[in-house]
Amino acid sequence: MLALAPLLVPLVTALVTALAASRPRTQRVLSFAGSLAFLAAAALLLERVNTGETLRIAFGAWPIEHGIGFAIDRLGGLMVFVTALMGFATLLYAESDVDAPRRAPYLAPLVHGLLAGVAASFATADLFNLYVWFELMLVCAAGLLVLGGRLRQLDGALKYLALNLLGTLLLLVGVAMVYGLTGRLAFDELRSASEHVAAAPLSAVLGLLVLALLLKSGAFPLFSWLPAAYPTLPAPLLALFAGLLTKVGAYAILRLVADVVPRAPTLYDGAFATALGWIAAATMLAGVLGAAYHWDLRRILAFHIVSQIGYILLAIALGSTAGASAAIFYTVHHIVVKANLFLVAGLVASATGSYDLRRSGGVLAARPWLAALFAVPALSLVGIPPFSGFWAKWLVLRESLALGRYAWAAVALLVSALTLYSVAKIWLEAFWKPLPAHVEANSAATPTEQRPALAACALLGLVTLSISFAPQALVEFADAAALALRGGGQQ
Amino acid sequence: MKFAGDVLLRNVCSRVYVLALIVSVWILLRGHNEPGGGFIGGLVAAAASIALAMAFGAELAARRFPFRAPVRCGVLGVLITVASGVPALWRGEAYLTHPWSKLELGVFSLDLSSVLLFDLGVYLCVWGALGGLALELLELDASEDQA
Repeated sequence: MLALAPLLVPLVTALVTALAASRPRTQRVLSFAGSLAFLAAAALLLERVNTGETLRIAFGAWPIEHGIGFAIDRLGGLMVFVTALMGFATLLYAESDVDAPRRAPYLAPLVHGLLAGVAASFATADLFNLYVWFELMLVCAAGLLVLGGRLRQLDGALKYLALNLLGTLLLLVGVAMVYGLTGRLAFDELRSASEHVAAAPLSAVLGLLVLALLLKSGAFPLFSWLPAAYPTLPAPLLALFAGLLTKVGAYAILRLVADVVPRAPTLYDGAFATALGWIAAATMLAGVLGAAYHWDLRRILAFHIVSQIGYILLAIALGSTAGASAAIFYTVHHIVVKANLFLVAGLVASATGSYDLRRSGGVLAARPWLAALFAVPALSLVGIPPFSGFWAKWLVLRESLALGRYAWAAVALLVSALTLYSVAKIWLEAFWKPLPAHVEANSAATPTEQRPALAACALLGLVTLSISFAPQALVEFADAAALALRGGGQQ
Repeated sequence: MKFAGDVLLRNVCSRVYVLALIVSVWILLRGHNEPGGGFIGGLVAAAASIALAMAFGAELAARRFPFRAPVRCGVLGVLITVASGVPALWRGEAYLTHPWSKLELGVFSLDLSSVLLFDLGVYLCVWGALGGLALELLELDASEDQA
């Protein structure tokens, strides 16, 4: 019953908020009630999976070889909880007038639909079903991208849709080939069935699936849609997209490579994993170089998503249990930090009137509390001790050094330094330097109306701080989650 | 709408509308054990709405949807589908397990199941979503004609 909640609670919320589209007040109450219910259910779920239990359901009680099932283990439960948290923060932020997401009647239904797709992707235990939830996510994301219907948005949405449809199609072809090879789609069955497949076809099919998922997660060289589409979104939606959507792709790669096909890292003496590792290194570099080059706050942060995805992929490519654990820790840390940065960026832009760093400034003097809210996720993104990013990067680096992957570790360190440069650029330009004389400060922004936005940023900031100063809880959870992969959690 | 007002078209379409809806319900019901079902039935129903819109305008066709709006029709369809799996939970079975029973009506018997409820939801969802989408596109066309 509880295992159904990640799908049913946001889905039903999406439906009832769609029915209330013409009554904004009712819709808002329903939307928040649904979001809180999702958060509560996800917390209960997290508590249950933390005992080591895997919550399973088979829809319609069909046997596993014909039916579709959900199986929520520690990894799935953790990701569902983070999803619910991000949904709540987004909706809270959208209550303010910062970068107003154009109070569109279908905003709330689409956000909840998106959350349903994301959460169900984390809950599902079936490869084809995973594809279905990717489709739901894509449809809702495309809807959110075009809300408002300005030309620039349509341009970004078209690029997003074209490349993501290609990714989804590749995924579908890959799923069909897996079925052709093994006759199985359920994760539990694939785990044993893949043992009997020859290395060549297995690598080809895995390569196809991972390629599709790399495209979805914005990895090198297939990330061009991301910086094109994301900056056209209003701040709260941008935070939701940036935090969650690419990470679903990374999660699916982790699930596939570390859990469903445990042979993957050893295929062809590790060539498969090595290729993934170099893609990860290239992703980190390409992302951070893009971030160093740009001056638009949203573009810089969008390129940072790409570079951070590289760290997660690197951790997955290491192929060890500690690597998987580092990937899980990194993903959770990164979702919270990234979303928060975009939320704060929205507030910065509303204070200075522009996302362009060259035309902004003086935030530190005018709104010191905003600088504090920015500092927590920013320092964490760079990986300054003791913030959560430091622990995340340390886990990845420690494991890559332990496995003798010195080149990857060197790239990761270099990228950290470059990240510091581009974050320092934001700090110097937007916060430290005075507002350029020819730019007028935006006096229209009213601090009272911004309270919900500040609360959302503070909430995520507190989550980051609690991971920063008490990393042990999350590290232990991630370790246990990683140990339970490869069928280790079978009961 | 350039067709609106055409007597022949109106006469044909209003009859085709009724006929197509009857056919769509028949397809929905036979889908139990034979080819058909909610999805195909919904497609036929959407085609019926499109025919009506071609003759009488999209606005009137939209009002003729169940629950008087395509979006509401589609959304309530999904809600019915979601709800059809809930009784199984009370019976302690897995979600979406559908109980079956046979209703004897003398000459013939009818298989009854909450699957029909599920299919009805799919039918309404497809009708609302695809029909609504088509009507929006027809309206786009109409506004371009006026411009």
